[in-house]
Amino acid sequence: MAEEIKAHITGVVFQVTAKVGDKVAAGDPVIVLESMKMEIPVEAPRAGAVKEIRVREGQTVQEGDTVALLD
Amino acid sequence: MFRTVLIANRGEIARRIIRGCRALGLRTVAVYSEADRDALHVKDADDAVLLGGAPARESYLNVERLLAAVRESGAEAVHPGYGFLSENWRFAESCAQAGVTFIGPSADAIRAMGDKPEARRRMAAAGVPIVPGSADPVADAASAERVAAEIGYPVILKAAGGGGGIGMAKVATSAELAAAFATATRRAQSAFGSGAVYVERYLQASRHVEVQVFGDTRGTVVHLHERECSIQRRHQKLVEESPAPNLDARTKRGLTEAALAGARAIGYVNAGTLEFLVDPQGGFYFLEMNTRLQVEHPVTEEVTGIDLVTAQLRVAAGEPLPFAQDTIEQRGAAIEVRVYAEDPSKGFLPSPGTITRFSLPQGDGIRLESGVAEGSVVSVHYDPLLFKLVARGADRAQAIEGLAGALDACVVEGVKTTLPLLRTVVAHPDFRRGRVHTQMVEQGAFNG
Repeated sequence: MAEEIKAHITGVVFQVTAKVGDKVAAGDPVIVLESMKMEIPVEAPRAGAVKEIRVREGQTVQEGDTVALLD
Repeated sequence: MFRTVLIANRGEIARRIIRGCRALGLRTVAVYSEADRDALHVKDADDAVLLGGAPARESYLNVERLLAAVRESGAEAVHPGYGFLSENWRFAESCAQAGVTFIGPSADAIRAMGDKPEARRRMAAAGVPIVPGSADPVADAASAERVAAEIGYPVILKAAGGGGGIGMAKVATSAELAAAFATATRRAQSAFGSGAVYVERYLQASRHVEVQVFGDTRGTVVHLHERECSIQRRHQKLVEESPAPNLDARTKRGLTEAALAGARAIGYVNAGTLEFLVDPQGGFYFLEMNTRLQVEHPVTEEVTGIDLVTAQLRVAAGEPLPFAQDTIEQRGAAIEVRVYAEDPSKGFLPSPGTITRFSLPQGDGIRLESGVAEGSVVSVHYDPLLFKLVARGADRAQAIEGLAGALDACVVEGVKTTLPLLRTVVAHPDFRRGRVHTQMVEQGAFNG
């Protein structure tokens, strides 16, 4: 069952570091947000395969927004 | 003197500079991004020019738009503040080419001090002690390892083209070096447009002490004493004070003499700061020079009684320094704290949002420098500094008392702030005794 990866802060997507199909470990960054001149990774909460990326670089996301799905 | 000055910045520092211009009767022009239409610095200024979109590269970092704003507004001088384009030598040069005065040092001085390995070379040549490290940027992780083995771990990797703590990585052992090198290079590339990185020995339990210098176009260079800025997180300052507590007279003299020698060696004009690390034995090493007004300049103003912004304007207009070395004294003590929109309980994560309540203390010996008020939107696009609180006293103990009371009276709602951490710092016995070093926050000295 797919798990949503949510942004824990509001920011602008600086980098999408994983792509669909990638196997990630718990704690691996999936995207990197930029907020107030800081780069903040949004990490996979557990191991799995990236099922969907819902954001693109330059996009603003709010705290709690789903940025990716993990299979 | 100029008639009109454009302030190429935002937030508290833009407001501070506008006040300085007013004191000399100058007309002020603010610039702003689409996100800052309702910002206080825009309301403060006599005129304001829209630069562009919210991202800094479309607005506050957009040289072309800034030069157009200068032309449109008829400004004869540009004050860059700190951050943004303040240490961009190309911007200083573009201003000169456009026939407008850049309020700061020459493009050459900015360029020499902005190239960190070059700054180390120039300072060493002037007899200023530097932190042991690589003479040039290191080409790859293997070269970094060779230098590190020579100078000894821990080491710190630093971006050759930048400052402000960006791209810095502390490395404890050779096993961590390759990964840290890759990260530092990538960060340096994205922040400064160059991935060049150099290696320095990491000095443990050292203090960050800096010296304010000021030069004029007649070749006079003076110092305005030191500031202690050891309480930091992510290599960015949280608390600054002048005088530095427990700094023995010999070390202090060494620091101010080194700072003057360094500034004179590069023919420095206008306000600048030489940053040093001071080790527990009193040895000191040049870190870098900031070729601009510092965030923490108010503590120097409070103890010397000198207005640094109006002095910057006068010197930029070709006037001699309005003060002589033997008249510059530290009287009493002043401490500044920086209140950021960050959550100290979550590793200082940024906390953007709308300020729903904003109540700050007023009173004797308390100075506020704020870029925001109730209703202000704190955007993700810019630095998280909300305001600075400065307390002055007849001595350090009195300044601390004033600051502690003022911090308790601050109420900010809508965004998380560093206020709880700052209250803990100011109450901490080591801070009260003036026993501070640069790793205290990260080592958890102020947790819980």
